[in-house]
Amino acid sequence: MQLFVQRVFDGLQAGAIYAILALAIVIVFRASGMLNIAQGEIAMFTTFIAWNLFDVGLPWWASSVASLVIGFLVGAVLYRLLIVRLGGGHASPLAVVMVTIGLFLMLNDGAAVIWGTTAKPVPRIFGTGRVEIFGAGVAVQVLGLLAVLGVLVVVFGLLFQRTKLGLALRAVTSNQESAALAGIKVTTVLMIGWGLAGAIGSVAGSFTASGNFAVDRNMMQIVLIYAFAAATLGGFDSPLGAVLGGLIIGLVSELVVGYVAIVGPDLRLLPGFALVIIVLLVRPQGMFGSPKVVRA
Amino acid sequence: MTLLKVEGLRSGYGEVQVLQGLDLTVDAGEIVVVLGANGAGKTTTLRALSGMIPAKGSVQFDGAEVIGRKPEDLVRRGIAHVPQGRGTFPELTVDENLQVGGFTQSAADTAADAERWYEVFPRLAERRDQLAGSMSGGEQQMLAIARALMSRPRLLLLDEPSLGLAPLITRDVFERITEVNQELGTTVLVVEQNANLALKIADRGYVLATGSIVASGTAEELSSDDSVRRAYLGV
Repeated sequence: MQLFVQRVFDGLQAGAIYAILALAIVIVFRASGMLNIAQGEIAMFTTFIAWNLFDVGLPWWASSVASLVIGFLVGAVLYRLLIVRLGGGHASPLAVVMVTIGLFLMLNDGAAVIWGTTAKPVPRIFGTGRVEIFGAGVAVQVLGLLAVLGVLVVVFGLLFQRTKLGLALRAVTSNQESAALAGIKVTTVLMIGWGLAGAIGSVAGSFTASGNFAVDRNMMQIVLIYAFAAATLGGFDSPLGAVLGGLIIGLVSELVVGYVAIVGPDLRLLPGFALVIIVLLVRPQGMFGSPKVVRA
Repeated sequence: MTLLKVEGLRSGYGEVQVLQGLDLTVDAGEIVVVLGANGAGKTTTLRALSGMIPAKGSVQFDGAEVIGRKPEDLVRRGIAHVPQGRGTFPELTVDENLQVGGFTQSAADTAADAERWYEVFPRLAERRDQLAGSMSGGEQQMLAIARALMSRPRLLLLDEPSLGLAPLITRDVFERITEVNQELGTTVLVVEQNANLALKIADRGYVLATGSIVASGTAEELSSDDSVRRAYLGV
């Protein structure tokens, strides 16, 4: 029982980070129909900036909060300077994928140039304390991470469903042309969408770094792959689906590796992706994705 | 009073010029119809007027030159456009569609206006929590019109409201347009292929062929002019 609880929380810890980055990917995809391959590298970059703040004396948690703002600015500026040039809301999704792959490489190399290739040590955001749950020692860091994920889900749920900005974001997602005709400034709204994704991504970056006790320029790559899997599993147009998808993939990976002898740590990528394939065979739109509702 | 004055309007898509210098005027309170066959440039005319595609020439709205302005600016000046086919947000509920329509208005005005349009379009009231994409073509057309009216326009641009609708439903849509025009004094510029129906509700009309105006007159004149009917309207 103790080991099981331990594994569940290990799985949730990994899964919560996938969930947060998946949320960022889904927000961009929902708002603009685009995949931002560089979402993870943007998070890595803002986490390095957070490390600079930490390095000059700010506490790590405060640096992480500051990186939220930086992440928003980076996301919004990238949209304004790059994606708008490609045609903004009318940009070809393939062109955007190519450009964000380029951005991925640029940010990764750029981080090496700016911060060097050695990892920068950082502490846990919520300290190193442990709480006993069913006999297992669970890190306060993990509980804090799950709480942050919960807050993100509630805040973004309210933002999308209850505010005028959220309505504008959903209108632009649904029908850009009619949104503009209703007086919505589409470019501004999409810029805010990319900014929000950058801000959420930075949370995933801070927690990944503080889980590893270090900021490393390659730390977000595996997280990005899992986050794409999580978004696919949950349904690319469903924020809640992305979050549940992330948690499920984290849990399944951890438990299968822990309990199925033939799937050792070397195959730890396998169970999560096997699950994605099985779900897609049954529900091509993902668990919570909506098939297009257009009546002829 | 002239509300809309268009002179030498030229527009198109990329290299292809569709409108070859179009002139028309719409007086405040009128219903004006632009008739024409497929490919005559009807949709392009409305898209140019609402700022959705680049255009050259002159468009004066309420005395001010508005050519080159963006749609989000023009809607604030009082021009609302119901695009061809689906002018709705299929993934949003009927009520949310109306909220988006009132984006440029205050929350209080939006709430009051939504209630008013629910009275005019009772079918929408019954379905206010339903996703727009799940409604029938006629209901979606009504919703698109109500969505446009939520911005409290002085000029309503309608792109083939009869497209894909059964005759009975088309008649219903046209009746509502007349109602809005008479009760609120909203000026309407409608482009249509369905000449007979459109001329019935219009005060005046223009006939558009290959990107320029080839005939104009009152609705009665156009309906009774056999040469116009045969040459351009195919009726």
